[in-house]
Amino acid sequence: MDKVFKALADETRRQLLDRLHADNGQTLGQLCAHLAMTRQAVTKHLVLLEEANLVVTVRRGREKLHYLNPVPINEIAERWIGKFERHRLQALSELKQKLESEDE
Amino acid sequence: MSKPSFVYVTYIHATAEKVWDGITDPAMAAQYWGCHRNVSDWKAGSKWEHERTDQPGVVDIVGKVIESDRPRRLVMTWANPANAADPEKVSRVTIDVEPHKDNAVKVTVTHSELESDSDMLRGISKGWPVVLSALKSFLETGKSSLV
Repeated sequence: MDKVFKALADETRRQLLDRLHADNGQTLGQLCAHLAMTRQAVTKHLVLLEEANLVVTVRRGREKLHYLNPVPINEIAERWIGKFERHRLQALSELKQKLESEDE
Repeated sequence: MSKPSFVYVTYIHATAEKVWDGITDPAMAAQYWGCHRNVSDWKAGSKWEHERTDQPGVVDIVGKVIESDRPRRLVMTWANPANAADPEKVSRVTIDVEPHKDNAVKVTVTHSELESDSDMLRGISKGWPVVLSALKSFLETGKSSLV
């Protein structure tokens, strides 16, 4: 669990997860295209994300595709969120999203 | 081979056989899979059903077993019963269970051929992380957060 928190405690790594959340299964090249960083730097971040099991890779021919794996985040949520709270928290989070998008 | 839509991985301290049975044995799945169990004889070509435990006979997902190699690999199709005849709406789930270090196994669920922007896609992308976490805690602690 330490690895997950450590991996998440960085804006660039959160951005990489956001990019995979928007479009799952990307190559290193695709992930680099929208970041003002060297390939080496992005690779280092991806290694940390893989070690935390937040990113998993699949080989397809010559390509290595990166996928967002939210299972460890759910495991963290389960530790502190009870089964009856889950729905209420989801409703609250949807309400927050709705109200905040109306402000824009 | 089309690109998988989602790949989910969890590491579980249990034997591969226990993980396999946790998914395929209705009595075990009923204990953690959020009021559902998976019913089939798990032979290639057989049908399988994701049935409610509190309303027996109500089936929320159906499919066919494509490949069944206990405890390593299970491949099956996956569809809403109302859409099972429409190939566009039938997706595919592959579950791989591999040995990992420290007596743990790596469980990989690959869900592919999902219709883009569908309710099924949204449903499974919320569902699998929850079910895999529940399977892990059920096999490691005997408790589930879902049931």
